[in-house]
Amino acid sequence: MLGLNSKDATLFFIVILMTMLAPFLLNPFPAESAMAQFNAGYPDLMQRFVIYGIFAIGFNILFGLTGYLSFGHAAFLGVGSYAAVWMYKLLNFNVIYALPVAVIVAGLFSVVIGYVSLRRSGIYFSILTLAFAQMSYNLAYSVLTPITNGETGLQVYNNDPQMFLGDGPRNPHFFGLEMRTNAQLDLGAWTFNFPLGYYFAAILMLASFYLAIRIFRSPMGMMLRAIKSNQTRMSYTGLNTRPYMLAAFVISGMYAGLAGGLLAAMDPLTGAERMQWTASGEVVLMTILGGVGTLLGPILGAGFIKYCEKIFSKINENVLHRWFEALPDWIENPLVWLFARFVGEGWHLTLGLLFMLVVIFLPGGLVQGGQKIGAMFRRRNKNAGGAEARAAQQNPPAE
Amino acid sequence: MGILEVKGVNKRFGGLQALGDVNLSVAENTVHAIIGPNGAGKSTLLNVLVGKLIPDSGSVMFDGQSVLGRKPHEINQMGISRVFQTPEIFADLTVMENVMIPCFARRDGAFRMHAIERVSNEKGIREEAEAILEDVAMLDKRDMTASSMSRGDKRRLEMAMCLVQEPRLLLLDEPTAGMARADTNNTIALLKEIKQKRDITMCIIEHDMHVVFSLAERITVLAQGTPLVEETPENIKGHPKVREAYLGEAQV
Repeated sequence: MLGLNSKDATLFFIVILMTMLAPFLLNPFPAESAMAQFNAGYPDLMQRFVIYGIFAIGFNILFGLTGYLSFGHAAFLGVGSYAAVWMYKLLNFNVIYALPVAVIVAGLFSVVIGYVSLRRSGIYFSILTLAFAQMSYNLAYSVLTPITNGETGLQVYNNDPQMFLGDGPRNPHFFGLEMRTNAQLDLGAWTFNFPLGYYFAAILMLASFYLAIRIFRSPMGMMLRAIKSNQTRMSYTGLNTRPYMLAAFVISGMYAGLAGGLLAAMDPLTGAERMQWTASGEVVLMTILGGVGTLLGPILGAGFIKYCEKIFSKINENVLHRWFEALPDWIENPLVWLFARFVGEGWHLTLGLLFMLVVIFLPGGLVQGGQKIGAMFRRRNKNAGGAEARAAQQNPPAE
Repeated sequence: MGILEVKGVNKRFGGLQALGDVNLSVAENTVHAIIGPNGAGKSTLLNVLVGKLIPDSGSVMFDGQSVLGRKPHEINQMGISRVFQTPEIFADLTVMENVMIPCFARRDGAFRMHAIERVSNEKGIREEAEAILEDVAMLDKRDMTASSMSRGDKRRLEMAMCLVQEPRLLLLDEPTAGMARADTNNTIALLKEIKQKRDITMCIIEHDMHVVFSLAERITVLAQGTPLVEETPENIKGHPKVREAYLGEAQV
């Protein structure tokens, strides 16, 4: 179906279903309950899930297939954001201009960086990409202030040309459908959000995911895996590894550009910090945490990290005190002190610990974890089935 | 005029003259062996032939075209394939994928942007790959990961990957190095079979005299970077210069 084999098609449909039903799935707790802070079904976070999902899917095409670890992919994300905001400034707020331009500009940018960086492999490649990204960050932060508006960040002002604006919406929109539109549904104690921006980004993520599956199953995907496996054999088989690598690099750069454009579509401003090396490191973490080289892994990893970032950083000492108020003070206070180190601003500590656990016990990431659980259930079912079969043999049904 | 013509090739590494005025002519559809003691320059010569090293002077012509200054993948596309001393295969890929990749390389050239087509739709490529696996008796292992196979099977797979490209010249770098006698004999049998089935020129670099004398039609003896003799196997046995190269001047 859709040119996918049945296994991939099933996976694709599950992802479609999950993204479309996300407002329900991510909102399991009633709005007034104590657990409501673990809900993730609000616009900003849901949009981040899918946008960073696109970023990680693209990164995985490079890192997962070819094994080339780029430490500078945030540069393409940032360039995409800047390009999109410039389209708002010059033309109007319709994302139909902003997104394609974001993708194209990020693509051109990655051709240049990729062409130079791919002269080396392994650690040297990583260092080159890191150097380029930091250069871009510093350029955006200071030297290129006329284009990037430096540390203030780029945004749309009233005196910008906005040639096609007319009396159209003054917020990012898709032919009049404003991204910030949000429909709410109250069902008993629950409140569900249906942000238009989320669905717009989710559809683009599904398209990106579909394209990634096709690339994984294409001859080119096979070539990229072969490059990871043995470059010597590649060249002695008459294949030029350079253009294959560059193609993978540029495709993943364009994915990052799309993600950057979408970030600017949800909120029409951007700043240099999107290009910083920590942002590049984050997408590496997402991919490894989810499962390098797997189809679903990057999406899971992106969701996981963005969830932790939002939810753990929201919890503070007051919340902790409420949780432990049943305990006597001399236990409560030390406990609160201990847990407070891992939440709020300390959420990176939690993420670090989780990351270490995953890498040590599940080198294949969350996807491998899922597979292990699946295999456990299958084994148990088989055993149960076997027992029934034996029982059936011993007690032939009476006739 | 041979299919491969090496003329006056010199290569120096610092103070060491690795190749000194090497002339070699490999006739089409023959098996040509290059032998010589350790350090004779055999591997250097091979690396010159496949474009990994560029000689200081001289010329290397394949089928009337110079190979010098071309990259390994370009030389392969001209019709020269190489089997390595330790099999170079795509260890993480399946056996079938290992053979499909050279099929793609032959059909589509050094690069083609086929990112949307499906591997499962490439019927012609699959049939070609299956045929060559059948040829080397590995069809039953098609879905195995290449790294999980025995050394002998890896060697067969590497041969299959080279052969499926239908090269005009197959270079073999010590194809039986480190093999047990039984595996060596299997490899000899495989190479003989290959030679029987198709028009192919082979150039073998080898230490093992048993292999050389079972296969070669012409033998070049290399010593200290210079060819000593080029002869038929019958005439090489007991040739005084060869004995001298291998055993030193002392008479046994």
